[in-house]
Amino acid sequence: MKGLKIVVLAKQVPDTRNVGKDAMKADGTVNRAALPAIFNPEDLNALEQALRLKDKYEGTEVTLLTMGPGRAAEIIREGLYRGADNGILLSDRAFAGSDTLATSYALSCTLKKMGKIDIIIAGRQAIDGDTAQVGPQVAEKLGFPQITYAEDIVSAEKGNVVVKRRLERGVETVEGKMPMVVTVNASAPECRPRNAKFVMKYKHARAVSEMQNATEDYIALHSNRPYLNIGEWSVNDIDTNAEELGLTGSPTKVKSIENVVFQAKEAKVLEPTDADMGELMKELIANHTIG
Amino acid sequence: MNNVFVYCEIEEGQVADVSLELLTKGRKLADDLKCELEAIVIGHELKGVEKQVMPFGVDKVWIADDKRLYPYTTLPHTSILVKLFEEEKPQIALMGATSIGRDLGPRVSSALHSGLTADCTSLVIGDHEDKKNKKEYKDLLYQIRPAFGGNIVATIINPDCRPQMATVREGVMKKEIVSDAYKGKVKNIDVEKYVKPEDFVIKVIERHMEKSKVNIKNAGIIVAGGYGVGSKANFDLLTELAEVIGGEVGASRAAVDAGFASHERQIGQTGVTVRPKLYIACGISGQIQHTAGMEESAMVIAINTDKNAPINAFADYVITGDIAEVLPKMIKQYKENTK
Repeated sequence: MKGLKIVVLAKQVPDTRNVGKDAMKADGTVNRAALPAIFNPEDLNALEQALRLKDKYEGTEVTLLTMGPGRAAEIIREGLYRGADNGILLSDRAFAGSDTLATSYALSCTLKKMGKIDIIIAGRQAIDGDTAQVGPQVAEKLGFPQITYAEDIVSAEKGNVVVKRRLERGVETVEGKMPMVVTVNASAPECRPRNAKFVMKYKHARAVSEMQNATEDYIALHSNRPYLNIGEWSVNDIDTNAEELGLTGSPTKVKSIENVVFQAKEAKVLEPTDADMGELMKELIANHTIG
Repeated sequence: MNNVFVYCEIEEGQVADVSLELLTKGRKLADDLKCELEAIVIGHELKGVEKQVMPFGVDKVWIADDKRLYPYTTLPHTSILVKLFEEEKPQIALMGATSIGRDLGPRVSSALHSGLTADCTSLVIGDHEDKKNKKEYKDLLYQIRPAFGGNIVATIINPDCRPQMATVREGVMKKEIVSDAYKGKVKNIDVEKYVKPEDFVIKVIERHMEKSKVNIKNAGIIVAGGYGVGSKANFDLLTELAEVIGGEVGASRAAVDAGFASHERQIGQTGVTVRPKLYIACGISGQIQHTAGMEESAMVIAINTDKNAPINAFADYVITGDIAEVLPKMIKQYKENTK
């Protein structure tokens, strides 16, 4: 049978989960520049689901699509190392300041340009915003149905997708027709590790904006091996309405931002002794906190 | 027209707590804006559902009752909301930041090109001046939410697009009845006019839902454990302490990931937000993702082997020591002092 055409939506994000001491400024706020840029965790779960479908259905092609600055090509390489077939970096200043809706618009315009797609798979949400909006909004803009909170894409045969979903209070199995957008939870299986063979093959894969200072030899290498060229698209490569892009196309605006400051307050320090624990319990009982 | 709308989730005929919490907040916003509060309930066998919502100060309940509308699927619920919002032009629309609200909200906001802010922790009415374009906006919805892993708090506004949409997690807002006698109108939605046959392309084949047995959200005392608890056996000590002093057991994400506790006990940004009168943090280092869900606790006791753990900054009492040593002493001393 003919394989599936799958696109995985991925995002490079600052690692907000591990804000260590190094990333804290003296005033108690976060130094964003000190945070490493990583492959958004749930997008890796999404990639794994795509790769499993590729293992299962011969001829399946997995393409990564990411929007971001030039260095976001790093996550496309990371995807290639794990088994994706190719990737596209969507990068343009015109997209700067996009909220989720403007981001979804730019992505949906790109997806329309990519030809026939059977399944678009994305992580449920990105850890820098935690909004979980881009998947459903891309689906709406393309007129595709959506299945969110997926834990397992059970099958994708004869135009039908069967997906197991993990919700707050249970599980649900649903069936729908392709083309379709699926967003994947962190409870889905972890992404497989890098494959040494693919690392060898793709370690020199580069997007155009990463080739600006390349030597002639390096450029020759890339023209001899076309698979090393990561597709890079700008706003000119897709059909868009400029009013729906970037800050202009974003209905939500950030009015203000307040840094969370960690302030120490006076705490009573107790020893783990019977005497101290006894005093503590007496205090808590006396002021009606417990008992 | 231009009222505040709340989408009410239904599970087995009951309106979800998060929806009732949003109705309470919606009532407050409607009072501030001097407009009405309207609720939308979409599902099946909804007879009498208005009695569940009206006491929260609902002026009008829209009901869409059809056997194809339960259990929830994205497209028909989206179609109903989109058409209803186009007709009624709400200025604000709220829904729960649940697996339903976070599936439905973005779809509706995309169709209407209206801004949606996810997981708000506070919603208030305020003005805005756009200095660049010299425009004044009165009575916007300030949608306040943590971002960047909780390291910043952002105030988001939707100056020009309506409705201003926001989702809020369960347990973040308070639930309060206005009056059991509060009377609003009931409007039945003619479902056929709102949905298309192709909206039913997704079929639910199988469904296993559990009633949430754990209720950490409303607990007055919470004994919470983190990764530092070290083992499931040590976690049992937390359960024992909680039982003795009349509390519930909570957990940080790291403890849930390690298998010490179930997900429904998770406190923090990806779990529930709690504000008990006493929070005993055991082996919790105090990452912002966790403290965002407990920082409003009236009193905090932090037990940790690391005397510099960030959680200590939130604590009223700091006990530096091992859980396995401290908790049995607390249990023993509590029993002795309450005899």
